[in-house]
Amino acid sequence: MFTYLFFLYCAVMIVGTGLLAITMRNPVHAVLMVLVLFFHMAGLYLILGAEFLAAVQIIVYAGAILVLYLFVLFLVSLRDEVKMDRFVTSAWLGRIISVGLGVSLIAMLPTFVLGQKGHWPMAEVIKATHTKALGMEMYTSYILPFEIAGLILLIAVIGGLVLAKHDTPTTIEKS
Amino acid sequence: MIPLSWYMSLSAILFAIGVCGFLTRRNLIMMFLSIELMLNAVNLNMVALSHYLDSMRGQVFTFFIITVAAAEAAIGLGIAITLYRSRKTVHVDEVNQLKG
Repeated sequence: MFTYLFFLYCAVMIVGTGLLAITMRNPVHAVLMVLVLFFHMAGLYLILGAEFLAAVQIIVYAGAILVLYLFVLFLVSLRDEVKMDRFVTSAWLGRIISVGLGVSLIAMLPTFVLGQKGHWPMAEVIKATHTKALGMEMYTSYILPFEIAGLILLIAVIGGLVLAKHDTPTTIEKS
Repeated sequence: MIPLSWYMSLSAILFAIGVCGFLTRRNLIMMFLSIELMLNAVNLNMVALSHYLDSMRGQVFTFFIITVAAAEAAIGLGIAITLYRSRKTVHVDEVNQLKG
């Protein structure tokens, strides 16, 4: 019973803050709405028995990615943003497309059939603790994707440095 | 036990919200934020399916999606900064040099 109430609370908060995030005028307020959304998403991960992913969700998404968004929002000018029109001129087309997409996705749900069961029932995960179970799976069956993820992060670091670098010749002359 | 279809419906609604934000907002940074919403919808679907299928596969994949989301945020926001530096705007409908 409590799980149902908690799920409904999280679902209402996620949909509400998501709608607010894409409609709010001030981008900083929108980012803060997404922050609330990420916390409730972590709550849903907790009732699904994925504690490690809930922690990663809060640390990486709420702690790192959203702070990065806030920094970049402060780097670009916000003064005129709150006065200007925040939607593109063909926004109604986008709304129609997204409502149609959502309705068709939900309408397709009854035809969905669950696949084959895996080797990690909830009791096993609780016995081994979730972090250990995830680590055992990740470092044995998925070691190559794990290495590739590290490479992607390295490329992101180099790309971020190259993109954000000033390469005007005047700065070199000054120094 | 909450039915799996509730999670999948919530995930579909959140994905549609993300698509709506991506298609309607003018600000490039808000469009990147909408992409994060869509990635989160997919993550929720993966974790729910992994829970109901007694498998760890979906959660491992969620971990990789979080990695890619972090990389995407770093590169995308770098592009936004570069765009603002050269054009003094982050509005996508003002960047129309290639428009015929």
